[in-house]
Amino acid sequence: MNRHHVPDGAALPAARLFSGFPPPCVPLRNCPLLAGPVPAGFPSPATDYVEDHLSLDEHLIEHREATFFVRVAGNSMTGFGIHDGDLLVVDRSLKPADRSVVLAVVDGAFTVKQLCRIPDGILLRSSGQGHGDIFVGAEQEMTIWGVVRWSIHAV
Amino acid sequence: MTIALIDGNNFYVSCERVFDPKLEGRPVVVLSNNDGCAVARSAEVKALGVKMGTPWFKMRDLAGKHGIVALSSNYALYADMSNRMMEVLSQFSPDQEIYSIDECFLGLDGFANHDLMEYGQAMRRRVKQWLGLPVSVGIAKTKTLAKLANHCAKKALAGTDGVCDFGRLSELDRSALFSTLAVNEVWGVGRRLSEQLTGLGIASVEALRTADAKTLRREFSVVLERTVMELNGISCMAFEEATPNKQQIISSRSFGSYVHDREPLAEAVASYIAIAAEKLRSQGSLAGMVQIYIRTNPHKADSPQYQRALTIPLSQASDDTLRLTRAALWGLKRIYREGFAYQKAGVALLNLSAAGTPQLDLFSNARDNTRLMAVMDRINGIWGRGTLRSAAEGSGREWKMKRERMSPGYTSRWDQLPLVR
Repeated sequence: MNRHHVPDGAALPAARLFSGFPPPCVPLRNCPLLAGPVPAGFPSPATDYVEDHLSLDEHLIEHREATFFVRVAGNSMTGFGIHDGDLLVVDRSLKPADRSVVLAVVDGAFTVKQLCRIPDGILLRSSGQGHGDIFVGAEQEMTIWGVVRWSIHAV
Repeated sequence: MTIALIDGNNFYVSCERVFDPKLEGRPVVVLSNNDGCAVARSAEVKALGVKMGTPWFKMRDLAGKHGIVALSSNYALYADMSNRMMEVLSQFSPDQEIYSIDECFLGLDGFANHDLMEYGQAMRRRVKQWLGLPVSVGIAKTKTLAKLANHCAKKALAGTDGVCDFGRLSELDRSALFSTLAVNEVWGVGRRLSEQLTGLGIASVEALRTADAKTLRREFSVVLERTVMELNGISCMAFEEATPNKQQIISSRSFGSYVHDREPLAEAVASYIAIAAEKLRSQGSLAGMVQIYIRTNPHKADSPQYQRALTIPLSQASDDTLRLTRAALWGLKRIYREGFAYQKAGVALLNLSAAGTPQLDLFSNARDNTRLMAVMDRINGIWGRGTLRSAAEGSGREWKMKRERMSPGYTSRWDQLPLVR
């Protein structure tokens, strides 16, 4: 997908915004970083270059409108670094690729699994060595709710 | 002009289904405050013949028989999903007018080289994928026609897959379609007006479109004349991009159970003031008057009835929750009578003016709480309404609304996020 970086607060020229079809996604903000170390003790000329605080929202959220948080219950995905009680950042705007970790809906229930396309269908893999894997055949109902981008884990 | 109207299908029900997939395919109804009447119905509920506004107690039998799931309104969820939907749709045009919680107009002038049907489908696909919400899209030359096109798209009367572009219809096809639509489907034609029009032989949309606009203006109003012009593709309603600031802010609610004493009544009034004052500050206004009212249940004719309202002018316009609360409670003391079962209370902030231009009061010694209010709004924005509140709001909340069937704050509360396995 075609993406433009637009500085925060700058007006979006309509021609640029709508040159794509369907229109391109516009990331909400750039994340400015201070270039070099700053000596302490006197008003630094470098303050002119500080543009913003670092925000975890900017780091973790690419498409604000399409991003949701969910809470993990259970240990079926510990091998993927996803633990009981973790907070997952799920982006619905992304197309799931083969091997993406996704939030799927199977039989009306949410489940976090790795999406694996196999010749005769789809395998939703857990990290339990085959234990807890779900095979989805052609006639079975399954929806990908969103793509898991981050797992936030308390240490 | 070319205008699209995008409207969420059964919006509240659809929001609930995004976070509870088990509701998919089941009959679902969302109830109004205090679990009163149906305010949103899934297609399955509509098919059972449940009308909008049906009281919950009247559909209980039907609900038991067909397994209807009834939910209390979860306005925090609907507002969040609405904001997200409006932002997603704003990617499709620089001109957007948000018309209600689940519908907006988009200006599509300058999109002539696009295939508008396909553009409408792209909107539908993106809102469905990004948010999980189904929407319908109506495209036409005027707002009134776009509304009608949206109706046709939603009911699959014209267009394809939830998108209808009247620009695609030949004049002949359009006349045929409009002849099948009842006149009350037209935006702004309510029940009474449509009865009057039908009495004059104007029963269909086509009959209204071809009626003599000047005569209708004489017989009814200039508004109806404009509607007729809009039906003929002549745009008479301007595009309002920014919602104009409200001229008055009202906060009122029915209680979950009857309230008899002044103290809980005062807590309710103080919390309504807090809600209204926060809105007042967010739109950058000051209130010049505070109105307060209380009443018993008018539908319980056998119990003693009492209702009263009082307007309290302020010596200086204000947006300070504490000052507004003092004024409202002063008013409550004057109108409260013992011995009644109160069912509802409300406040209104009136005579609004822009902040920054208050008339100075020579004799005022009121403290300036501007910074305190800013801090309060920030804290309540982060941790939820009522986290920091005036002591007058209390903590008893015995008057609180009944919302026994409310779904969790899926997108607004850390402790209520959807659980996944």
